[in-house]
Amino acid sequence: MTEVTMSIWRGDSSGGSFFDYNLERVEGEVVLDVVHRIQATLAPDLACRWNCKAGKCGSCSAEIDGKPSLMCMTRMDTLPNDKITITPMKTFPIIRDLVTDVSFNYVMARQIPPFTPGDPEPDGTYRMQQVDIDRAQEFHKCIECFLCQDVCHVIRDHEVNKLYYAGPRFFVRLASLDMHPLDTVDRRELARQHLGLGFCNITKCCTEVCPEHIKITDNAIIPLKERVVDSSYDPIAWLGRKIRRKVKYTVDQVYALAPAQVAPTALDRLPATAIDDEGKS
Amino acid sequence: MVSTVEDTGVKSGTAIPVEIGKPRGGPEGRRTLRQDRWWLSPAVTVTVLTSFIAYATFAAFQGRYYYVGAQQHRNLISPFYSPCIANSCQRVAGSHPLGIWASFWNFSPALLILIVPLGFRLTCYYYRKAYYRSFWQSPPACGVADGHKSYTGETRFPLILQNIHRYFLYLALLFNVVLTMDAVLAFNFPGQGIGFSVGTLVLCVNAALLWIYTVSCHACRHLCGGQLNKFSKHPIRYRFWKAITPLNARHMQLAWVSLIFVALTDLYVRLVASGIIHDYKIF
Amino acid sequence: MDVNTEDILTQSFDVLVIGAGGAGLRAAIESRSRGLSTAVICKSLYGKAHTVMAEGGVAAALGNVYSEDNWKVHFRDTVRGGKMLNNWRMAQLHAQEAPDRVLELEAWGALFDRTDDGRILQRDFGGHRYARLAHVGDRTGLEMIRTLQNKATSVGIEVFMEHKILRILVDASGNACGALGYTRPSGQFVLFKAKAIVLATGGIGRSWKYTSNSWESTGDGHALAFSAGADMIDMECVQFHPTGMVWPLSVRGLLVTEGVRGDGGALLNSENQRFMFNYIPEMFRAETAETEEEADRWYEDHASARRTPDLLPRDEVARAINAEVKAGRGSPHGGVFLDIASRRTPEYIKRRLPSMYSQFLELAGVDITQEPMEVGPTCHYMMGGVRVDADTAATTVPGLFAAGEVAGGMHGANRLGGNSLSDLIVFGRRAGIGAADYAEGLAGTVDPEVSQATETAKEALAPFSRETGESPYRIHADLQECMQTLVGIIRTESELLQALDEISKLKERASKASVQGGREYNPAWNLATDLPSMLAVSEMVTRGALDRKESRGGHTRDDYPSPDPEFAKVNLVQRMQDGTHTVQPEPLPEMPEELKALFEDDHTGQAPKEDH
Repeated sequence: MTEVTMSIWRGDSSGGSFFDYNLERVEGEVVLDVVHRIQATLAPDLACRWNCKAGKCGSCSAEIDGKPSLMCMTRMDTLPNDKITITPMKTFPIIRDLVTDVSFNYVMARQIPPFTPGDPEPDGTYRMQQVDIDRAQEFHKCIECFLCQDVCHVIRDHEVNKLYYAGPRFFVRLASLDMHPLDTVDRRELARQHLGLGFCNITKCCTEVCPEHIKITDNAIIPLKERVVDSSYDPIAWLGRKIRRKVKYTVDQVYALAPAQVAPTALDRLPATAIDDEGKS
Repeated sequence: MVSTVEDTGVKSGTAIPVEIGKPRGGPEGRRTLRQDRWWLSPAVTVTVLTSFIAYATFAAFQGRYYYVGAQQHRNLISPFYSPCIANSCQRVAGSHPLGIWASFWNFSPALLILIVPLGFRLTCYYYRKAYYRSFWQSPPACGVADGHKSYTGETRFPLILQNIHRYFLYLALLFNVVLTMDAVLAFNFPGQGIGFSVGTLVLCVNAALLWIYTVSCHACRHLCGGQLNKFSKHPIRYRFWKAITPLNARHMQLAWVSLIFVALTDLYVRLVASGIIHDYKIF
Repeated sequence: MDVNTEDILTQSFDVLVIGAGGAGLRAAIESRSRGLSTAVICKSLYGKAHTVMAEGGVAAALGNVYSEDNWKVHFRDTVRGGKMLNNWRMAQLHAQEAPDRVLELEAWGALFDRTDDGRILQRDFGGHRYARLAHVGDRTGLEMIRTLQNKATSVGIEVFMEHKILRILVDASGNACGALGYTRPSGQFVLFKAKAIVLATGGIGRSWKYTSNSWESTGDGHALAFSAGADMIDMECVQFHPTGMVWPLSVRGLLVTEGVRGDGGALLNSENQRFMFNYIPEMFRAETAETEEEADRWYEDHASARRTPDLLPRDEVARAINAEVKAGRGSPHGGVFLDIASRRTPEYIKRRLPSMYSQFLELAGVDITQEPMEVGPTCHYMMGGVRVDADTAATTVPGLFAAGEVAGGMHGANRLGGNSLSDLIVFGRRAGIGAADYAEGLAGTVDPEVSQATETAKEALAPFSRETGESPYRIHADLQECMQTLVGIIRTESELLQALDEISKLKERASKASVQGGREYNPAWNLATDLPSMLAVSEMVTRGALDRKESRGGHTRDDYPSPDPEFAKVNLVQRMQDGTHTVQPEPLPEMPEELKALFEDDHTGQAPKEDH
């Protein structure tokens, strides 16, 4: 069996550098197995977040040879080089080694008004046809690994946009709510004005990295963009709404339903651009 | 550790209470740690698109050799020049039954006509990805740093105009009708009756590819059925949507094939019209 | 290292829920909806709890596919599957309330697969008489946790992510009133004061080498409750899921859903025989198919054919696989074959079992639409746990509640597939109500003894101060090896005694373990603080297994191979009494006559009817 060099970035908010670890290759291993072997033998305090090790929880996100990936689903034999670099996700603040602070995503989740169904059938239950839920079921496959958020250049390379941009994971969520056959809230203006749907330039990296193979761009973001065109940019649709006197939700009306407004928690009380000296929240 | 963040002036909506400016992990100043040939795909895009633009510009400005008419017992018009709406069309393509003679336009008709396919492809969701990545480097590839300091995406003029894609779709559909009629007319061989030549085949394939590319468009998929929340209540529109969905998954391939083929179609007509090659009649 | 009270951050809530899986979130939603301030503590990130790994579905007698189904049939299936060791009241509440809880999830946005008339589709699973599992392909747990997560977010629950709880604090009169833990990113100690505490910490699988459980399942809740003085029951009843992956080694133990068999997959040995026909126990003979033809017909028609033995309860199947491998009829990597490729079309397999398809393709390079899978038993679920009151989920410690896998009694000696997800939402809600009622009934503020907190924090930091000591990884690996070989599926007295001996040695070693580095996200330290829970739980399992001198459900003794009717009448209760760990049999709650009657027509194979 041959050797492999794992070049792992280690450090914290005060900086860091690459550390090389040489190990034997073992048949059938994934990157996370190798990281575990490093922890058990060479570097017990190497920080790495993981949980199920089966591609179902989305905890062990990192960048392997520069590509955002799940460490538990990346087989060593698919990596061509004998030196493999592992770095933490670039988009989120560093905690230590391969662990990042992903609270950005939990704040974003609180900006979206929850599912609000219409009236049930007389027997108190709901009816839905399989064809009506196929699309949203694809979106519900999301395991919240946040690799799409990590790879998205809108916030990866331009951090200020985090204040105005929810990211692909939450466009998927918005799409799943919008296409839910029972939901009654129109979140399109929220998506356009508050959650920054227009920032997305559909360069599809989110789709490329999705470990659940959700067609994020084609099936969620672009349909959402087209739905926003219906509500805000299409003059004929606008005329149709005027004639049929259909009321459009304003951004304020929708945002008033968001958990951050209705049921605030400590996460909603973060100051908008607070930056403190110790990197602690 | 306080890092300053450049102000891009973006103020769309209220800011969301997230913290920014905290130190991030990984080596500083890296553009990418990817070791594969990530630059290949944008390089190919740049090459092909630039070649196409160069050829289209040449073909559009040439203003001649776009029609093979009765002298050669053919009825073939280049897709770049159809519908032929310019002063000069009377002289060149007078015998083509679909010519709309616009006396106000003294330049090459292609300069007018190409606005529609150009607009359609420029606002197309696939081409946007292709040129944002390759020409605008925003980003060049996944996990490779954006080539720009600030970024506002499609939130402001002019890129907010990308949202009118569906109107270009309507126009493109009209143009497809014209190109289909051109293909049908190409079965007519003046002085020889009905027939089928390589030129006929080329025009037919071209029209077919453009139809499939246009129909597979994301806006079309949305308008046909994607905008509905309950497919079960609209079975016919659901069927349309379901038929378009697999085509839409191949929108990229269709975009490239139809683009290259439309240039080849023009080239073929141009070569026949200028007498360099002869259009072989199959039957 | 000394710890002062100033080093500990304090948070106060009405209700504190430890654990953010299905049960924890459901409890928190209930208590928050009552207007009480509620906090949820996650050991990992929010929404990553082990519930996401549940695949097959949630069992509820909705009767959408077979209208003959009702709570009584579900109750009977559950108790028979649990080998009559279940707490009858829990099993009854579970069967009665599961349908409402599932429909409630739907009203909160969950998208279960549908029947043709737009209702929730249900699938067949081991031990369930009718197709009863509401499901979403093979990722039902993910759907459930995301639905509960979104609901919890919308009602405003405070979530503490990546916090590890070290101890439940009790006041002078023995009431639970707080918890001490630390947050992994910074290592900061946090004292949570709460009027009521709900334990919903899940399972214990990480003490075994081959397990389907995630990193988190270290049995924290079991250990916390035990050390707070709660009664534990039937800790010997550990379920080994019959079908885990066996190859490659790095994914050994990873779950292969029972849905594979529910959707048509069959178990084969190396001689290509459907060996399960040779392992049908007397209890299930009347309702199990005798021939392969009948078994295959049953998938389409439950009326004229009886169910396939591939879908016998999990304990039976796991033992059968174990026996086949021992007899030399196993697969190359020490399992048996699970074949769906030759029995269903690739399209069907990909639609019904998408994540199984990609799991095998990506991790093992096996295309399950073309070749059979290799599977073998894997440590999966803890039936035993904290003794609770069925209606309120209250433990024997006032102020402390428990729901989900950490609570015992519901599943008896063996759990049916699909009953765990319904357990979470039924008893999660009941624990939420129980805790809220209790918290509302308390006047004033709670007052945990701070000395308990500082003492615990000091203990937790001790590994840092030892310069020379063993790495916690070593100790963990040795514990896993010990439990796997000595306290596995088939147990025997000599091995159990040996295990007890090894566990006490491991405890000794753990108390001398040493950790380098700082407190900030230090996995070695985190593991060192998990070890006491794992060791405590391992000891409880082993002691229980020693004392239950019979074979029942998930507990199989080589030296006592058959069930003993006397043991069917008792729970083995473990508790801390005056500093000593005791194990004693205590009678099961007596089942009322009308429920007992449900088991009398067993031999006829008839299902009970619902009377309105």
